[in-house]
Amino acid sequence: MTALTLTNVNKSFGQVHVLKDINLEVQDGEFVVFVGPSGCGKSTLLRVIAGLEDVSSGDVYIGGEHVNLTPPSKRGIAMVFQSYALYPHLNVRKNMTLALKQERQSKEIIDQRVAEAARMLNLEEYLERYPSELSGGQRQRVAIGRAIVRHPKLFLFDEPLSNLDAALRMNTRLEIAKLHQQLAASMIYVTHDQSEAMTLADKIVVLRDGYVEQIGSPMELYNNPVNKFVAGFLGSPAMNFLPAGILNEGDDRTLGVRPEDLFLSEGGNLPAMVQHVEQLGGDTNVIATVKDHQVTARLFGQHAIESGQTFNLAISEGKSYFFDKSGARLSA
Amino acid sequence: MNKARSNPLNKVAMHGALILYTLIALFPVFVILINSFKNRKAIFREPLAVPNADTFSMIGYETVMKQGDFFLYFQNSMIVTVVSLTLILLFGAMAAFALSEYRFRGNLIMGLYLALGIMIPIRIGTVAILEMMVATGLVNTLTALILVYTAQGLPLAVFILSEFMRQVSDDLKNAGRIDGLSEYTIFFRLVLPLVRPAMATVAVFNMIPIWNDLWFPLILAPAEETKTLTLGSQVFIGQFVTDWNAVLSALSMAILPVLILYVIFSRQLIRGITSGAVK
Ligand SMILES: Nc1ncnc2c1ncn2[C@@H]1O[C@H](COP(=O)(O)OP(=O)(O)O)[C@@H](O)[C@H]1O
Ligand SMILES: [Mg+2]
Repeated sequence: MTALTLTNVNKSFGQVHVLKDINLEVQDGEFVVFVGPSGCGKSTLLRVIAGLEDVSSGDVYIGGEHVNLTPPSKRGIAMVFQSYALYPHLNVRKNMTLALKQERQSKEIIDQRVAEAARMLNLEEYLERYPSELSGGQRQRVAIGRAIVRHPKLFLFDEPLSNLDAALRMNTRLEIAKLHQQLAASMIYVTHDQSEAMTLADKIVVLRDGYVEQIGSPMELYNNPVNKFVAGFLGSPAMNFLPAGILNEGDDRTLGVRPEDLFLSEGGNLPAMVQHVEQLGGDTNVIATVKDHQVTARLFGQHAIESGQTFNLAISEGKSYFFDKSGARLSA
Repeated sequence: MNKARSNPLNKVAMHGALILYTLIALFPVFVILINSFKNRKAIFREPLAVPNADTFSMIGYETVMKQGDFFLYFQNSMIVTVVSLTLILLFGAMAAFALSEYRFRGNLIMGLYLALGIMIPIRIGTVAILEMMVATGLVNTLTALILVYTAQGLPLAVFILSEFMRQVSDDLKNAGRIDGLSEYTIFFRLVLPLVRPAMATVAVFNMIPIWNDLWFPLILAPAEETKTLTLGSQVFIGQFVTDWNAVLSALSMAILPVLILYVIFSRQLIRGITSGAVK
């Protein structure tokens, strides 16, 4: 069954057309990530799904039901906000139980669900505390707990990790992945961070300026981007773009090469001058210029390379991507 | 912490300045209080002396208690002030919430219209107000005063509160909506507690002018049974003779409740918002 279906969804705020003809299906149990640069409409799309904003046109189905006119609390969704949005005057337990009380669930069910969520998220000791007495990571877990207790058909996460520091972000990312396995629930997760998208998603939806650019599994998108934007957005360091003319005279296409598909070679056809070297231990990132174009090469292992050095780079067989002037991918 | 603030010398200077200001501000109140307990001669001979065995007298308070229904005046002032403040805060906050939270046609125009009253003193409309009150039979009722003061206080209340409500996190309100809270619950349980300092500010700004007002009680409700404290105290101030003992005693008693209300509201001002909801 499908957890969510969007058909031709459009959203405008006055004159500003924010979402443009979005079509999407999310299967039951799927982890879908919306990714795109800031301001591309990810949060707006999530709010439309949640029912916090009305669509300007198009249809939203959750679990097969048409929900355009259903209020947020009746859609069977739960949402985790970037800013946590905990109720400041309620303790952790009451933050988690408020929605269940509004649904008039029995006390046994409420207690049991809170206990279950608290155990999953290691919040047992904090149930009587107030949000102001918790650390950022704990607040985020409470916000997730508040979503879990409702047993929603669909979880919505809006950049849940962006207020956490790097170490905590890594841990929480793993916890969310684990949670997805345990709950076997459908989840939609919004982020502007491509590495979060790559690591968490079953399916990635790349958005730009309110358009869906491409939908697919992380590896599909990585190996087979439909355009220059998707190719450049996924992967770190990002794909290198060069005028194809530097290889064959007169070619006006754009050549795209991933950093890991470049290697040092005596007979390589890209003469490079090293600008900067990043030694990461396991990898070495070499930032070099090839005929005045900046190129990043990612070499496996450790290499004794210094700035100012010159050598030739070659592209691995079959790893070149070509794009036309508008950015669309051309078959090689 | 700021370096200048942690320096002990600066701290002493800062506290010294604040204490000095407090003394200057409280001095008139102090003079009123001590003189209200002195006999007439002592008030004029040594206005700054504290009452002693010779000069102590309760004559002012006795006059006030005897003449006029002082407790009724007091009660009237209290009712008018408290009810007006309640209405200003309630309706002001509701209008502010609607203006800041919902997108509807004419939102901006409505906001400007409601704020217009800040620039136009309500006393300009006194004649029209009086005519309206006569037509509706509200002359010489406390309702008349309450309506006028509510109207007078609303523009600034809407203006200040909507500014503060815009700053309340959208995520928090949206979380409430997803959890199934009604718009009223979101307003009363989530938003109002977070703008409490602003509410206290509005309350303090409105309370003192209402309590002290002489104009509208004199025009709209001069009857004996609806007199407010300020109006009631005027009987002691005559064109030729003024009973200073009585005036000072009445003033002393009038200050007290405002002071208490002020302390209540200003505690709210200082307490600040419960942090930790957002971020
Ligand atoms: N309530 C609103 N009124 C007007 N414009 C809005 C509103 N909400 C969002 N937008 C606009 O929609 C665009 C997308 O916003 P958003 O969905 O928050 O982006 P993202 O989450 O991808 O960073 C932005 O350009 C923003 O200015
Ligand atoms: Mg966003």
